[in-house]
Amino acid sequence: MDRFLFLTFDGLSRGAVYAAFALALVLIWRAARIVNFAQGAMAVATAYVAYSVADATGSYWIGFLVAVVAGLLLGAGVERVVMRFVDHSSPLNGVVVALGLVLIIQGVLGMIYGNEFRPAAAPFSRDAFEIGGVALLSRYDLFVFGAVGAVVVLLTLLFTRTPTGLRMRAAAFAPDVSRLLGVPVGGMLTLGWALAAAVGSLAGMLVIPTELGLHPTAMDIVFISAFTAAVLGGLDSPIGAVLGGLIVGLLLSYISGYLGATVAPMAVLALLVVVLLSRPDGLFARSKARTA
Amino acid sequence: MSALLEVEGLTAGYGAAPVLHDVSLTVQPGEIVAVLGANGAGKSTLLRALSGLLPIQKGRISLEDRDLTKIKVEHLVRHGIAHVPEGRGVVTELTVEENLRLGGLWRKPQPSLEPIYELFPRLAERRTNEGHQLSGGERQMLAIGRALAAQPRLLLLDEPSLGLAPKVTAQIMALLRDLRDRTGLAVLLVEQNVRSALSVADQGIVLSLGRIVTRHDAATLVDDAELRHAYLGF
Repeated sequence: MDRFLFLTFDGLSRGAVYAAFALALVLIWRAARIVNFAQGAMAVATAYVAYSVADATGSYWIGFLVAVVAGLLLGAGVERVVMRFVDHSSPLNGVVVALGLVLIIQGVLGMIYGNEFRPAAAPFSRDAFEIGGVALLSRYDLFVFGAVGAVVVLLTLLFTRTPTGLRMRAAAFAPDVSRLLGVPVGGMLTLGWALAAAVGSLAGMLVIPTELGLHPTAMDIVFISAFTAAVLGGLDSPIGAVLGGLIVGLLLSYISGYLGATVAPMAVLALLVVVLLSRPDGLFARSKARTA
Repeated sequence: MSALLEVEGLTAGYGAAPVLHDVSLTVQPGEIVAVLGANGAGKSTLLRALSGLLPIQKGRISLEDRDLTKIKVEHLVRHGIAHVPEGRGVVTELTVEENLRLGGLWRKPQPSLEPIYELFPRLAERRTNEGHQLSGGERQMLAIGRALAAQPRLLLLDEPSLGLAPKVTAQIMALLRDLRDRTGLAVLLVEQNVRSALSVADQGIVLSLGRIVTRHDAATLVDDAELRHAYLGF
């Protein structure tokens, strides 16, 4: 029973990171109808920058802030310089360009930082403290829950309570009509990419210290888990992404706890295949409202 | 009185082949001008060219002597032009209230939506419904209400009667007349439904194959049997 509880909390903590990363994928999907396969590589690039800054300044938190700001800039840059010029008549084009970006980013990171794992320090202890005699949660887990929770709340407020959020939603759903109403659609698209990449960077900063450390491919498995989470949630739904992230986190935690850690990566892929075959619109798909 | 909208020698279309040829027209403040003609005559193309959704090959568009020929679509509303596109363009994923707010979003401070709800009490009842839950008539009200939330001087209205019951169409036409009389709103009204368009219009312009073939007072177009037969087919 203790083991089950431990795995549950561990799963929720991982799942929170997947949720944030899936949220980043959903943000771009909603804004641009592209699955940003470069999200993981982009997050790793900003994490390298963040740890360089943290090493130079001696402050993890300055590095953390730099990661988020670098994410904003990188996201905006990728949209303005690359994605804007991709012909979107076939969805495959955006995918191929994103995969090309992955290769470029991972190659450049390898040239600059080397292709070996570098230690990435966590800002809080990862040793679990005891609650009622059972070691369940570490300070770092609490930090992860707090950070992801804050992201979810801030994004919800942005999209539902602010004029900019309304503009972003309208621009995504009906670009031509939005232009006629004075919405700068191109700017909203750039903002969507910037926000998504910043959320992705934050998720990267949260997950990298819990894995093997910094490496150009450090986010590859995380990306697959988060992508599965996003698909599980229907790709279109922020709430779906969060729930999907938690579900995937829990499943992986139970599988690696009871069946062995080596099974987990295969289990993610198996889950992705099952979801795509059985519920391609996700668990929380709403009826297709839009026909035109 | 100087014209509100002045269009001179407009040639525009999709790609290399123009749909509109040398179209010139004026709309005075507080005037309703109906653009009539068969399917494919270029009526919607005219509105799309005016609002910058289509590239213009030749000609000049000005609003109160300000040149708007090369205006970006998203700046149109700042000059006081609101365009209600064909098929209504309600953002179906957003609620009625959100659609309306979107209309006035560019204004600072943002205008109250109460006058719009007074104009369309039905929209006030459906405030929290999403666009896809509305009937055709409600969507048309919402699209017009949203355009009015931008407080325009000129309304470009594309086929408001499309798919609507005659009674609803009549209500919308009456509303246009009322707005014109009360607020001095000018309307460029594209319609297939000639009778209802001419029931509110001051002027009628007939397009055929992208050219203006005749223009008259609305009353003349309705009364003159020869004109009606020749250009409007009834």
